[in-house]
Amino acid sequence: MDLSYTPEEEEFRARLRDWLATTLPGLPPKPSPDDWPGRRAYDLGWQRRLHDAGYADVHWDASPTLRLIFLEETEQAGAPYVGANFVGLLHAGPTIAAEGTPEQRERWLPPILRGEEVWCQGFSEPEAGSDLAALRTRARRDGDTYVVTGSKIWTSHAEVADWCELLVRTDPHAPKHRGITWLAMPMDAPGITVRPLRTLAGSAEFAEVFLDEVCVPVENRVGDENDGWRVTMVTLSFERGTAFAGEVVACRRVLAELAVEARKNGRWDDPALRRRLGRLGAEFRALWRLAQWNVSAAEASGGVPGTGGSVFKLRYSHARQELYDAAAEVLGADCLDLDRPWTLDRLSSLSYTIAAGTSQIQHTIVAERILGLPKGR
Amino acid sequence: MRFRLTEDQRALRDGVRELLGRRFDREALWGAVAGGDGVGGADRGREGPAGGPPRLDRALWRTLGDAGFFALRLPEADGGVGLGLPEAVLAFEEAGRALLPGPLLATHLAAGAVPGAATGETVVAAVDGMLVEWLAEADVVRGDATGAVPLHSLDPLTPLHRLPARQPGRDPVAALLTAAEQLGTAARVCELAAQHARAREQFGRPVGAFQAVAHLCAGMLVRTETARAAVYAAAVTADPVDIAAARLLADEAAVHGARDCLQVHGGMGFTWESEVHLHLKRAWVRTHRTGGVTESEEILAAALMAGEA
Repeated sequence: MDLSYTPEEEEFRARLRDWLATTLPGLPPKPSPDDWPGRRAYDLGWQRRLHDAGYADVHWDASPTLRLIFLEETEQAGAPYVGANFVGLLHAGPTIAAEGTPEQRERWLPPILRGEEVWCQGFSEPEAGSDLAALRTRARRDGDTYVVTGSKIWTSHAEVADWCELLVRTDPHAPKHRGITWLAMPMDAPGITVRPLRTLAGSAEFAEVFLDEVCVPVENRVGDENDGWRVTMVTLSFERGTAFAGEVVACRRVLAELAVEARKNGRWDDPALRRRLGRLGAEFRALWRLAQWNVSAAEASGGVPGTGGSVFKLRYSHARQELYDAAAEVLGADCLDLDRPWTLDRLSSLSYTIAAGTSQIQHTIVAERILGLPKGR
Repeated sequence: MRFRLTEDQRALRDGVRELLGRRFDREALWGAVAGGDGVGGADRGREGPAGGPPRLDRALWRTLGDAGFFALRLPEADGGVGLGLPEAVLAFEEAGRALLPGPLLATHLAAGAVPGAATGETVVAAVDGMLVEWLAEADVVRGDATGAVPLHSLDPLTPLHRLPARQPGRDPVAALLTAAEQLGTAARVCELAAQHARAREQFGRPVGAFQAVAHLCAGMLVRTETARAAVYAAAVTADPVDIAAARLLADEAAVHGARDCLQVHGGMGFTWESEVHLHLKRAWVRTHRTGGVTESEEILAAALMAGEA
């Protein structure tokens, strides 16, 4: 068991740290959360800088350990989040890299890496959430095009996306996992209507997307017709891998700030509160070690994210909600004030046990795939 | 960074598991519970909690000594095995899994300081907070045990004495190795629960097919694996704050895990002859060792205040 990094890894860290120190002060001011074109430009600009400095493909080609160092250092330095590039870099891109033709990789991957095109995700539907394979959006083959009709939901960045990684049903008669196809849909195609969805935090973080006879060229299909479920699973395992590791660093920073605040307002003298924060300290220390453990396991298995991702996601999402509940205790009545720090974060954190596979789905994955319990309904 | 077991560490873990499986099997466990040698099998459980304090199996103790369990971290120049905390953590995790009885921790910590401890010839007990484990069976007692009175210990395999006043704490290594034993308990009860959930049928299918049961088991695994990462990392860094975190998570994984394991076993889990209660009782005893919840939380809180989140 070795927690130290190799000289090459330390050199990568040092170079990245230097680059962040010189680059971050030159960034434009952050756009307001409601300014979607502004957010798109900001996020793409950040990706462009990463690209020009040689960090564009850290999520794809770097070893899991270098990726972890990247997440740790960028978070510690307060660098921008992946933002509008999330689906391109962490879903659609890896899927195309793994399953696309040479022409498809050439067409779609460089613009993602250079920060030129934004992708969104058209997976979930009003009637297909945890049971994603129950999706109903229909694609009818008409010569060289698929004609797509249906609706998608929880689509982040739909208003400003160039492409949508879309799951459609191409064979309504096949068993539900076998009639699905993966398409890249241009978001400027006629027949697409985007309606923003307001979250309980008050902001429009994602949208509903309505598709009415939208034409998608057959050449935009990645993988075979009706093989989209398998193609998609490549994507989802990326999402559950180390995607949240950087956020543990963010949580540790918030926790340190909470301690300072509690000291300032006197609540630190309450042993129950102080110990509650101490326990959270243990929690995030352990989560960071778990991320390192999972990364080392992925390294040993050739980079394939394992079921350790589900264990991590379950524990992390719960811990982060606990963190903001503790923040509310530190703030007292001020936790009801939306203008105070952490109030909005507390609201946002309510999605963590739901998004990217609910805690209930994750528990089922752990029970069936790690503990070998029988499948049940 | 290679945060996983090395080949040698795997071999050591497997070796300890094999040794304990051979030398302290279920028969031996129930024999020890019944309060005497050779009483197991059909008689198991008849004795109940009134069977008197358990005796230490000195032959087993010598076997552990010969295998290097106590001398594990002692330098080779001093006749030890010359290994480090990570290896000791793996050995104690196995001891926890197997419900191995005896003052393992006190004797291990005495190796090199108390003659005969390293080889298992001398059985060493130690004062720990308000309690002393295995006082009556020990050849040497470390710390001031004046005024110690026997408790009617709830764990049939850990005799306890209580002191009139709390004694100051021991080194963080004791807390870490306790965490390692708790980790072993957590992993074992998770396995037992999953085994039972796969085998036991109700309503025409294994109870593990019901999500209410499956999710209890999954929760046990999540707590175990999170604790494992914390315990192994603390073994590498030997940092007192890391150790406090490890202890906190391992105590929780063991106690909560044993409770859930009992629940998964249903009525069988409430019987004396089920192994489950032995794990829960042992886990409870260990939570009272120095470096428990309150202490660890305060250590972590102080670290937060010092800016070391």
